[in-house]
Formats: sequence, structure tokens, C-alpha cells
Amino acid sequence: MSVQTGSNNAPERYYNYAYLDEQTKRMIRRAILKALAIPGYQVPFGSREMPVPYGWGTGGIQLTAAIVGPDDVYKCIDQGADDTTNAVSIRQFFAKVADVETTEDTSEATIIQSRHRVPEKPLKAGQVMVLQVPQPEPLRFLEPRETETRAMHAYEEYGLQYVALYERVARVGRINAGAGHPVMVEERYLMSPSPIPAFDNPKLGFSEAIYLLGAGREKRIYAVPPYTRVRSLDFEDHPFAVQTWDENCALCGADDAYLDEVVLDDQGAKMYVCSDSHHCAERREAGHVGPMAGHQLAQAEKEPAQ
Amino acid sequence: MNALSSRIESTPLLKVDGLTKWYGHILGCRDVSFDMRAGEVLGIVGESGSGKTTLLNCVSGKLPPSAGSIQFETSRFGMSDIYAMSEPDRRRMQREDWGFVHQNPRDGLRMRVSGGANVAEPMMSLGGRHYGKMRQATIDWLERVEFDTGRIDDRPANFSGGMQQRIQVARNLIHGPKLVFMDEPTGGLDVSVQARLLDLLRELVRDLRLAVMIVTHDMAVARLMADRLMVMKSGQVVETGLTDQVLDDPQHPYTQILVSSVLQI
Repeated sequence: MSVQTGSNNAPERYYNYAYLDEQTKRMIRRAILKALAIPGYQVPFGSREMPVPYGWGTGGIQLTAAIVGPDDVYKCIDQGADDTTNAVSIRQFFAKVADVETTEDTSEATIIQSRHRVPEKPLKAGQVMVLQVPQPEPLRFLEPRETETRAMHAYEEYGLQYVALYERVARVGRINAGAGHPVMVEERYLMSPSPIPAFDNPKLGFSEAIYLLGAGREKRIYAVPPYTRVRSLDFEDHPFAVQTWDENCALCGADDAYLDEVVLDDQGAKMYVCSDSHHCAERREAGHVGPMAGHQLAQAEKEPAQ
Repeated sequence: MNALSSRIESTPLLKVDGLTKWYGHILGCRDVSFDMRAGEVLGIVGESGSGKTTLLNCVSGKLPPSAGSIQFETSRFGMSDIYAMSEPDRRRMQREDWGFVHQNPRDGLRMRVSGGANVAEPMMSLGGRHYGKMRQATIDWLERVEFDTGRIDDRPANFSGGMQQRIQVARNLIHGPKLVFMDEPTGGLDVSVQARLLDLLRELVRDLRLAVMIVTHDMAVARLMADRLMVMKSGQVVETGLTDQVLDDPQHPYTQILVSSVLQI
């Protein structure tokens, strides 16, 4: 089988441009429009079988497939990195089926697909952030019945979500927001922001860019349109706070970025590096240096990702 | 009798009229009517399958009846038919004004969160957003139900049956309900724990001036808790009256059998 490229794009190919057929894409677009019209509301959609297993980003891939066009520039990250297996294969997938230009540069991209992170560089108008969601229902852990959680969303009965926060404060003494910390969108719908770290929650509110969230297995699409109020849940006496680190990035010295801990040996040596690999590389190019600049980890990132 | 009448208010809190429930062609309960006033404890006794639980579920808003009406003196809307209210209003009224103590604590508790969070949940459902205040209220209530506050953050699965039931009682009383439904609250417990829990319930009900509708097949529970009794048989109420009157001088043949078959030691 020969790989099709932009040059031999016969018009008939556009029937299933970007892998999905036209009717499916139209169905997904309708769901996206509804999701944008009702910020935070989970819109059911007819999720399709995709050529990757559930849990690998089927919701995000379908969203991207429905909105991508040949003029788009596509970036895909897993955790914060552009060069992990999942990110590379999804990026290659769209390069192949949608003839789309790919990039690692956040500012160049028009569509950014991710599961765990929102890039460090602030998103601009015209960009779409696509998030892959494993469990769209924030109340599911406490209320297993779908009929009940739907009624709770409809009637704005969100007291139950605070039970989860109460539990965290009782156990660790603070809100301890890790990943997927629930948010209120426009003070109406309770929303799970995918498993992005709480560090990225504030980026959802009053953003210039569009956030689309898709859960393939759970068959739900929801969205945060630009300039929408998004509030992370907290208690009056235990306000929401994002993670902070005592260390700076070992490679680029960033003190305001989300850091990953990297274990270096079995003697307890470790380093903290930016989880957003492109942000880190860009800073290093601009001349920023961290305490372990020149470490082999920085070299590894220079290798081509595809 | 004087003590009783001073504790119970004169205007009804709950009015049930002609309540009938059919499950297809099978009868759940038929033509049940009664009133309840604030501070009154109504006991429903009868054998298994006599329609006690059907009646309780209908009255507590869980099971729409086939015929008849249930009116309740709600905090928001005054006296209103609970099944004529909109669903969000009814759910809100249930959260604010009612409590429901299940026989099996697993039905009434969230097993995946700690006992303390279970007790605090009603406060959060009613808009409580201050952790410290809710924590203190939880501890106060756990002390009130004689629960070891050192175990506040353990999961309900790690508690004994009696402890689980205490958690459930605290959870259903912390928000100050007007009416509490109890379905065999001491059902699965051994007799010594049962006696202590009954004692506690009786004290709380008297202190809080709660109206309680309690379903039981245990005559001792009925005698200790209830002001008034309704005896049910085959879906129908066969006898009603003051507890002592019904138990000491039963009129209906079924009630006579029921009372005389209580085991004596």
C-alpha cells in the first residue's frame, strides 16, 4: 500500500478525509456545536471504532478528525512531551490520513491534541485545544448510576462533588488537587477537565482558544468556549491552589513551569525537568540554563521525533 | 397522655389519604389514610409481605402510588402534594426536610468515602462550603450518636454493623430534618447493640422533636419508640391506636396473634 500524500489527493478521497466518513464527521461537528453552545454540558455522540484501543485517545482523535482541514497545523502531546510513542503515532496518523502539516511548536499549531497537559505557552485566538478524556463524569466515583448523575447535572445538585473534596482535606489536610480536579463552568455545569493537572486548570478560564474535550469510550463531547468563566472547586477555608515546586527545571531553569521528576539512578539521584518538552527546548535555545544544563536528557530531545 | 399531647403539635405535618399501590395485579397496600404531626412517632407493624415497606416507599417519595395523595408541610412551599411537585423541587424537599434510615446501612451510606464524609454530605448538599465548620459539626454529631470520633476518617466497610448504623443515624439527622423515615433501623443488629441504639434513637427523637415513621416487625422496637401504631396485614391497615392501647388490648384477631406470638424469656 502506498502512502498517499497531498500531491495525489483525488477529490474522491475527501469522502473519508481524516479517516472518518462525512456523515460521522457531521454528527461529531453537530455535537461540538452543541457543546460550545452549552459550556460544560456533556453531549452524547455516536463514538466510532478507531484504529487505536479505547484509552489511547479515541475521543480526541475523533474530535480532531471532525475539525481538521488541509490548512491546519497539528501538534500532539502526551504528558507534556511531543516525542512519546502515543503522541508520535497519533501525529503520524493525521499526517497520513489528513495530509496535515505537523509541528512541535505550540505557537505554530492550530490544533493541539493532548491528554495530560496544556502547553506552557499561552494559547491564542484561532487555536483549538483537543483533550482526550477517559471519564467525563466527575460525579461517577461517588454516584455510579448514570440516570442519577444526569438528574444531578440537570438540577444543579453538585453538593456531592464536595464530598470528594472533604475526603481529600480530611486525609491530607489540604485540597490536594492532583489531576482532573473538577471545575464549575459559567457557574452552571460541573465539569471534569480530563486528567490535566490542577496546575493547568486556571488556563481553562478566560482563554482565547477553544477547548474541546472528547471521551471515546464514554461517548461524550464537551467544550469550554473562549472567554468562559471556569472555577476550580474548593472550600471557603481551603482555597484551590496549584502545585508548586521547590526546584527549578534542571535543564532550562524555568521556575514557573510544570515539572516532572526524573529518577537518574538507584542511589536516589533525580532531576526535575519541564514536562512541556517544546517549551523547555525553546527556553534553552533562548539561552536559559538550569543547574544540569547539557545533561544527556537534553540531547535526547534533539533527535527527530518521527 | 399529657406529656404526649404537649410534645405533639396540633397541625398535621403529613397527610396521607387513600393511598393504594398495585404492582400490576398484585396488591402492595390498599386505601391507607393517616395524619402525622411534628414530634410524633408512628410505628408500622405487621408480618413480612404485609405492605409495610411499600407504604414507606410510597410515602417517602420513592415509589409513586397507584392512587391516593400524600401531602407534606414543606419548608419552601407549605402544605403540598409531594408527587405533584416538580422533580427538582421534590428532590430538594427530600434533602432539606427528610431523612431516611435504611435497614441495611450499605443502602444508606456511601461505602467509598469515610464515615465523616458520609455524615457531612447532607450539609454539603445544602450548600455548606466551609470545611472547618462542617468538620466540627460532624464531630459533634458523632459524639451525639456515641461514635468513636478517632475513627471518623475510616471507611464504613471497616465499621461494625452497630457503628455503621450510628453513622447512618447521624447522617440523617445532621441537617435538622422535620420527618425521618426508618425501615427496621435495628434489624440486623445483635440484641445488646440493638438496645443501646434504640435508647439513643429514642433520646434523639425526643430532643429534636422529630416526626418519625418507623417500620418494624419487632414488637419491642414498636413499644419503645412509637407513640402510635398501625398494624398492617395483606396490604391493609387492620388496627390503629396508641401503642400501649394496641399492644395491651389488641382488638383485631391478627393483632392478637401478633402480640401473643412475641417470644418471652
